[in-house]
Amino acid sequence: MNRFVEQLAANDVAELGMPGSLLAGPTAAMAGPTGHGLSFELAAGNNPAEFAQHFIDAKSEKDSLIKIAHGTTTLAFKFREGVMVATDSRATSGNVIASQTVKKVIEINPYLLGTMAGGAADCSFWERVLGMECRLHELRNKKRISVAAASKLLANLVYRYKGMGLSMGTMVAGWDEKGPGLYYVDSDGQRLANDIFSVGSGSTFAYGVLDSHYRYDMDIEEARDVARRAIYHATHRDAYSGGVVRMYLVQRDGWVPYPLEDVGDLYYQYHPEVQLTNRTESPLTVVPA
Amino acid sequence: MDAQFAISGRDFVISVTDKGVARSIVKMKHNEDKTWQLSSHTLMSVSGEAGDTANFSEYIQGNVRLYSMRNSQDLSPSELANFIRGELAAALRSRSPSQVNLLVAGYDKGKDEAALYWIDYLSAMAKVPFAAHGYCGYFLYSVMDREYTPEITLEEAKALIKKCFEVLKTRFIVDFANYTIKVVDRNGTHEIRQDEL
Repeated sequence: MNRFVEQLAANDVAELGMPGSLLAGPTAAMAGPTGHGLSFELAAGNNPAEFAQHFIDAKSEKDSLIKIAHGTTTLAFKFREGVMVATDSRATSGNVIASQTVKKVIEINPYLLGTMAGGAADCSFWERVLGMECRLHELRNKKRISVAAASKLLANLVYRYKGMGLSMGTMVAGWDEKGPGLYYVDSDGQRLANDIFSVGSGSTFAYGVLDSHYRYDMDIEEARDVARRAIYHATHRDAYSGGVVRMYLVQRDGWVPYPLEDVGDLYYQYHPEVQLTNRTESPLTVVPA
Repeated sequence: MDAQFAISGRDFVISVTDKGVARSIVKMKHNEDKTWQLSSHTLMSVSGEAGDTANFSEYIQGNVRLYSMRNSQDLSPSELANFIRGELAAALRSRSPSQVNLLVAGYDKGKDEAALYWIDYLSAMAKVPFAAHGYCGYFLYSVMDREYTPEITLEEAKALIKKCFEVLKTRFIVDFANYTIKVVDRNGTHEIRQDEL
C-alpha cells in the first residue's frame, strides 16, 4: 500500500522545490492530510486516484460499486440580525430515498456552522477535521478563529485532493470579530464570500424564492420565513430534496437551532385550499374497532 | 466562460474582467474581482479552472511581494511575466498543473512605457498591444484589430472598450452584466466604473 503522505512528500519536494520561495506553494510538502499525522491508505498503482474513479459514481450516473449520496438543498444568507442557515434532510442513493432525517448542518463549534452537499462522508469528515483545526487555532492563539480563516483552512485542505474524487459543496457560516461571516467552499478548491448562497440539486429552486424575497433589512421572523419557504419550494420541485426544514440562526453569541419543520406539513400550511379528504372514509385509514 | 481582455497604449493598459462566478448553470456571485495586484504598477487578471485561479494567483502574489520585500525593489512587468510563465510551466509538468489564463498588465517605470503580456494555461507567452482569453477573443480580436493604433489615447481606448461591450452584448450568448475595469499607468493602478467609460 502506498502511503499518501510519504508518496507526495517524497516526490513533490524533490521534483518541484520552488526556487527561493519561503511560502508554501501549490506543490509544497505535506505533513499529512490534516497536518497532524492522519493519513489514508491508497490503492496500489501509479495513479490511485484514476484507479478509484472507475469504482466511484460521483454523479449517480453509472452502476458502480461506490455510490455517493447526492441531491440536496442547502442555503444560507446574511441579514440584519446575523446569518440564517437552512437545509432539507433527504439523502438519496440513485433513485432511492436513503433517509429523510439527515442532519446536513454540521456544528463545527459553538460559533461556526458548515453545511453538507455532495458526498456526505466527505463533508462530515473534512468539516470534523476543520473543527479540530479551529480548536487548535483557538488553543495556539488564545482567540477564536475568524470565519474567513476557517473557510480558507477548509478550502486549502480540499484543494490538496483536487481531482481525486472528493465531492463537496459546503457553506461555512459563523460570527467573528468582524461580525457575521459566510463563505462557500467546494471540492474544486473554490472559495467565495457573499451575502447569499444556495448549494445542491435544489439550489436553483431555492435561489428563485430567495432572490425574489430577500432583503438585508429583514427581522428574524421574516428571515425564517424566507429561508423556510425557499427550502420548502425546492423540496417541492426537486425530487432529490425533502424531509424536514432544518434551520439555524448565527448571531454574536453563536448559533441556535430552530425546531424541525416537516415539508409535508408545510404543504398544507402554504396551500390552505387543499383539504385532506375525509380521513374516516379514506380506504387507507384504519377505522378503529 | 469568463470575459477577460485588455488594451495597452504607450503609457497605459486597461484591463477588463467580468465579475461573475458561475458553477454549472448557476451564477453564484456577481461582484468578484478577478484581478490581482502584484506590485504598485502591475496587475494580473486571471480566469480558468475553479480553485486553481485563486490558488495560483495567491502563490504568485505572495512570492512577488516576498521578492519585493527581500530586495527592496519591485520586479518590472517583463520580469514578472517571465517569472509567472516559469512557475506556470513548472506546474504544468508537475502532478498538479494549474489551468489558468492570465493577462499581465503593467507600467515599466524604468523604460517609461506600458506593457501587456498574454499567458495561456499551457504557459505560452506573448507581449502584445491588446489581448483576450476564451470565447471573448472570437468576438473582440477583430474589433480591436480594426480600431487599434499604437498611438491610441486613454480616452480612445475607453471608447474601444465600450465598443467591445456592445459587441459582446449584441452577439455573445452570455450576458456578463458587470465588469471590473482597471487602468495601469504612471501613477499606479486605479479602477474605473462602467459608467465612467
